[in-house]
Amino acid sequence: MKVAIASGKGGTGKTTVAVNLARSWGGPVQLLDCDVEEPNAHLFLGGEKGEEVPVFVKVPSVDEALCDGCGECGRFCEFHAIVVVGRSPIVFPGMCHACGGCAKVCPRGAIREVDERIGVVETRRSGSVSLTLGRMDVGMSMAPPLVHAVRARIQGGSPAILDAPAGTSCSVVATLRETDFVVLVTEPTPFGLHDLTLAVDLVRELRLPFGVVVNRVGAGDDRVHAWCRKEGVEILLEIPDDRRIAEGYARGRLLVEALPEYGDLFRSLAGTIAARVGVAA
Amino acid sequence: MKIAFSTSGESLEAPLDSRFGRAPYFLIYDLDSRQARVVDNGASRASSQGAGIQAADSVVRAGAGAVVTAHCGPKAFQVLHAAGIKVFSCHAATVGEALDMYRSGALVEQTGADVAGHHA
Ligand code: SF4
Ligand code: SF4
Repeated sequence: MKVAIASGKGGTGKTTVAVNLARSWGGPVQLLDCDVEEPNAHLFLGGEKGEEVPVFVKVPSVDEALCDGCGECGRFCEFHAIVVVGRSPIVFPGMCHACGGCAKVCPRGAIREVDERIGVVETRRSGSVSLTLGRMDVGMSMAPPLVHAVRARIQGGSPAILDAPAGTSCSVVATLRETDFVVLVTEPTPFGLHDLTLAVDLVRELRLPFGVVVNRVGAGDDRVHAWCRKEGVEILLEIPDDRRIAEGYARGRLLVEALPEYGDLFRSLAGTIAARVGVAA
Repeated sequence: MKIAFSTSGESLEAPLDSRFGRAPYFLIYDLDSRQARVVDNGASRASSQGAGIQAADSVVRAGAGAVVTAHCGPKAFQVLHAAGIKVFSCHAATVGEALDMYRSGALVEQTGADVAGHHA
């Protein structure tokens, strides 16, 4: 079973839900931190740092001796990852989607594909949680291939929880695709609702079953609840607005460890998700 | 020589737009003929990534020898630099003021990108 935790924007408590859900699952569980631009689940879960395995993508490399500056490659690339200025192409590896197209259209055979490192994948263990995280190298902007590399570490057997990047970008889509259930985390505020509706549009487009976790209930108003009722969206869990939660988060502590009274909430969330997916938790 | 100004309007009275890649237009001013022409930067603005690169590419195509803008990101700078186009930072209110500053030699040439890209 694969469960993704996502939110329309950052700072809603997505990581809090992901790490505490993983810790409360009861039994071995895999947590995949797919927020490769800013992985942070390990800050809460701890565990020995594991081996970092580099991840590469293919990017073009131009042989200037063969290139005549015709500009075909630059005209082809819709990502502006290769641009011909004057008579010589400039490659921006961080923008390249590794489609191989420029090498194919080059009439002079001047483009070769070479490996470019985009980041690393690391797996570490913290109690019953096996945590895999991706970390993108500075200056890179191609997150989806790294997300795929993180997902490739998923092993059958134990459930996998995928912590998605915030937002609705293509790395979010790469995380959500082919999961069994999506948990959308939001806050009961006008901004929270706005970002939630964008996230809901995305998961509906991907045809994935989903439910909502409302964080900081009591801090805002009831518009998220009203909207969910109207749309027939299930609210899986409500986390109250408790100052102690933010304090624990700031200190990098797991909510269920700092405030054990919240353990039941996350155990019940695990149970609800398992029931929705149709497996025993 | 032609100078490209990032702008949100289509005349010398228009505001100088602060960001090179996301500016709505470039006003290309020919110092020799004193003629101005406007290049639409709409396609660059619409692209989620690589706006600066695309914008730089259109400025190169327009035959500019210098760019005057408030902020030019690293990728755009790299393209402009490769094309031998000088980049001048300027915080003037309008394109006309920026042009006067350029003419009087008040502008400082940018030697590196002053705005970090998305993740750089
Ligand atoms: S491989 Fe594809 S995305 Fe990369 S530079 Fe070539 S055409 Fe552009
Ligand atoms: S298509 Fe090939 S020959 Fe033409 S500019 Fe690109 S690399 Fe050079």
